[in-house]
Amino acid sequence: MSQSFTAKIWVLGDDIDTDIILPTEYLALKTVEDMKPYAFSPLRPELAGLIKPGDMIVAGKNFGCGSSREQAPEVVKALGISCVVAKSYARIFFRNAINNGLLLIENADLYDVVTEGDSATVTPGKKIEYNGKEYEIASLPDNLLEILNAGGLVKAMRKRNGLEV
Amino acid sequence: MAHTLIEKIIGNKVGHEVKPGDIVTADVDWCMIDDIMVPFAVQKFEEMGFTKVWDPDKVVLIYDHFLPATQTDDSRHFREGDAFAEKYGLKNVHRTDGICHQLMTEAGYVKPGDIAFGTDSHTVTYGCVGAFSTGIGYTEMAGILGTGQLWMKVPESIKVVVDGVLPSNVTSKDVILRIIGDLTASGATYQSLEFSGSTIDAMSVASRMTMSNMAVEAGAKCGVFAPDEKTCEYCNIPYDDSIKALRADADAVYSRELHYNAEELVPVMACPSLVDNIKPVSEVAGTKVDQVFLGSCTNGRLEDLQTAAAILKGKHIAPYLKMIVTPASRKIYREALADGTLEILSDAGAIITTPGCGLCCGRGGGILSDDEVVVATNNRNFLGRMGTSKVKIYLASPATAAATAIAGVITEA
Amino acid sequence: MGMTMAEKIIARAAGVESTKAGDIETVTLDKLMSNDGTTHLTIDMYNNKLKNPKIADVSKLVWIVDHNIPADSPKTAASQKKMRDFAKEHGITFYEGEGVCHQIMMENHVCPGELIFGADSHTCAYGALGAFGTGVGCTDYLYAMVTGTSWLLVPETIRFNLTGKLPEGVYARDLILTIIGKISANGANYKAMEFAGEGLHTLSMADRISVCNLCVEAGAKTALMEVDDIALDYLKEHGREPKACFKSDDDAVFSQVIDIDLSTIQPIVAKPHFVDNVVPASECYGVHIDEAFLGSCNNGRIEDLRAGAAVIKGKKVAPKVRFLVVPASRAVYKQAMQEGLLDIFMEAGAIVMNPNCSVCWGACQGVIGEGETLISTGTRNFKGRAGHKDSFVYLASAATVTASAIAGEITTADRV
Repeated sequence: MSQSFTAKIWVLGDDIDTDIILPTEYLALKTVEDMKPYAFSPLRPELAGLIKPGDMIVAGKNFGCGSSREQAPEVVKALGISCVVAKSYARIFFRNAINNGLLLIENADLYDVVTEGDSATVTPGKKIEYNGKEYEIASLPDNLLEILNAGGLVKAMRKRNGLEV
Repeated sequence: MAHTLIEKIIGNKVGHEVKPGDIVTADVDWCMIDDIMVPFAVQKFEEMGFTKVWDPDKVVLIYDHFLPATQTDDSRHFREGDAFAEKYGLKNVHRTDGICHQLMTEAGYVKPGDIAFGTDSHTVTYGCVGAFSTGIGYTEMAGILGTGQLWMKVPESIKVVVDGVLPSNVTSKDVILRIIGDLTASGATYQSLEFSGSTIDAMSVASRMTMSNMAVEAGAKCGVFAPDEKTCEYCNIPYDDSIKALRADADAVYSRELHYNAEELVPVMACPSLVDNIKPVSEVAGTKVDQVFLGSCTNGRLEDLQTAAAILKGKHIAPYLKMIVTPASRKIYREALADGTLEILSDAGAIITTPGCGLCCGRGGGILSDDEVVVATNNRNFLGRMGTSKVKIYLASPATAAATAIAGVITEA
Repeated sequence: MGMTMAEKIIARAAGVESTKAGDIETVTLDKLMSNDGTTHLTIDMYNNKLKNPKIADVSKLVWIVDHNIPADSPKTAASQKKMRDFAKEHGITFYEGEGVCHQIMMENHVCPGELIFGADSHTCAYGALGAFGTGVGCTDYLYAMVTGTSWLLVPETIRFNLTGKLPEGVYARDLILTIIGKISANGANYKAMEFAGEGLHTLSMADRISVCNLCVEAGAKTALMEVDDIALDYLKEHGREPKACFKSDDDAVFSQVIDIDLSTIQPIVAKPHFVDNVVPASECYGVHIDEAFLGSCNNGRIEDLRAGAAVIKGKKVAPKVRFLVVPASRAVYKQAMQEGLLDIFMEAGAIVMNPNCSVCWGACQGVIGEGETLISTGTRNFKGRAGHKDSFVYLASAATVTASAIAGEITTADRV
């Protein structure tokens, strides 16, 4: 988890809710791949088409508020987003993201200074480097790291059931 | 050590005292899976390699978001749910009975002190009977189906006290909207909202449901009420010592306390497009409205329909305005038929649909288009939730909704 | 030479003494009905294709939102808004969410002897009140809207002489499906289907509307019935007076005369995917169903709900069957409420919906999925009509549909 990576930044605002991340209309599409084009469509319909694998999202407070739809973090992950850095997260979204192996980072300051299109270098559990400055980030609690390190909850459960992971 | 209500509920379940921040693994009393999430939960469950459901009688499947179906793939969710139920011996399947969060208490599943999880964020509703319940994703649900357990962090609690008598045009919806406005949409993240006070004591269980339902809109993990005689009557259980013990200690520690004087509360609305964008109705009065929606797990109960009917009786909704009424359950629909409420609403020009999520979940039931304004009694007004992102959604009480339907513009009841 | 009912109505509308089948007449329309299926297209043409457009006589226009109500998508909501805004601006009589267009027309507008265009194929239902109703596309509709007139090829008439009485447990739906099966889906192309004879007087208004409504499924341009006391009573009940009651002259020329003895009619089912693919219901016994639909302009009236309620009272809908019950109008909804029918359906586990076209139109409510089967009192069973392209629709009477909902497979009311 501590491998550094550099990613292009997309900036979203405060209170990015799950209906924005994936509207109800598309929740029942058969696969997450089918849902990808509609991610963030109420707010920025063009965004899903612009995001490249490895890019990151920086947002304000309460990212992922609203519904328990796990399609929301799954679609963000499927778009290839390497991590989301937000001031804070809604709790169901947070759990769902961890369970799907989507890296979420909490940071109070980065959002206020970033410009979309710039890049930042992330060292998980340690720091983010942006525009010549370093931003400290906290490590996740152990029980969550366990799930993340297992590669998500499905894999953790497969292991528990004595199956190949 | 003194405990808050949620600490007691969780402590009772895990068999030892708990404090905020503790990570505990609890046995789950009830699992609810709604129609949208069924295929996903089933897929994850099988991917995880489970071969049986830990306790089929504790799992409830409810089809409500896609009823009636509006897209050709919707009924696949019903078929996959039915197949899962058959394969693993699930008996509790509600195919056309109403909204999941209404049914979980109404149909006799969740009782005071229970722990319940559901694949929908408004699972917090069951806090109305003094249960701990919250929404989870389908992957975690799949894990519970296999193990019967889930880990959780014991939340801190915010104490919300409301005392006094509410003005006649102020309902529990106005109270919770005001609280969310004060807390903000993230102000209670990870925390338990614990409601008490003489106003709360005087409320029906239905009114409390409206408040626990919306706790998640302040980010809360749950919104709980200590069970009382009314709760027990609703749940059809005796009001005994075990129930009486389910209340916070007088010296319990809270992260924050909010106090409201009921007499000072006024009708409010959540204005576009955030649930915490709260304004007094009087401030936005006169805004032209195209549609009114009365329904949802927040405000689709008999008392909500009755409140609207009392205002609409002998009157008619404004020309060119639509009013859509979606009772929360089959039982409520039948009660409202029997007592004449539906007839009053229909005579006033309302369109009465079958029980289900309806417009609230944005897949039917009165979708709107650009620049239209809707006053709705449900729980979310997010961008694009009821149509295009140019639809303006105002959340309000049934009373405000009814008064607005008559006037055609936002109006205080 | 004598004239048929159709010829007489057209002659009146054309302001001529007489006319005959094959003539082309310029007629003045009495009413122009349009619904949310196509009105937005008419408005687009009105606004974009015409120079200084004007509505000839706004009092003749009736616009009804019934196909997608409550709206199921931003697109349908936008087309309804366009319709609502236009109706408001021009003062057009406008209904939204009040019921299926043809039922609203029958309850509130249609008068004997009138010539009515509707931008919907089942406009032929108005023949139950002795009016010439016919479906048109939006171009024809627009022309009539701005000129008040249109041209019409005077149709030949097939006359059905009805005798006897339908047996107990057999309905008008069975009658018209039998007739369509007999003459085929194009057996009445361009023609009028006229119903007369002693047997007609045994049919209620609901029966008559059901029969006329479905005539377009035999290709008919219109359907017509003589106005008798039953029709006059219906008019009076709904606060209207007849203008001109026509009937065919004794020496009128019919292209064909068919005698039907009502007492020989049996419960009928139209199998996928054509309305004329009819068989006795007994041949379909045991066909598994996923959904049942009681409603539509064909069978959503109080008589139909009574028939269904009588079958289901005290019984339950099969657990996995979705049984949609959709009254055809607000008046029907209220009547059913007062008679306790809605509660009978709700108690049985049915899905009672607001008055609208519902799954008959294949969108908005009760859409069926891949491989699923619907038994319906709707008007059509074309491939894909009720949802997924690979799904199946059977048409039958209210009683047969309700019995099937209880059994979970196609059956008739005498077997549940």
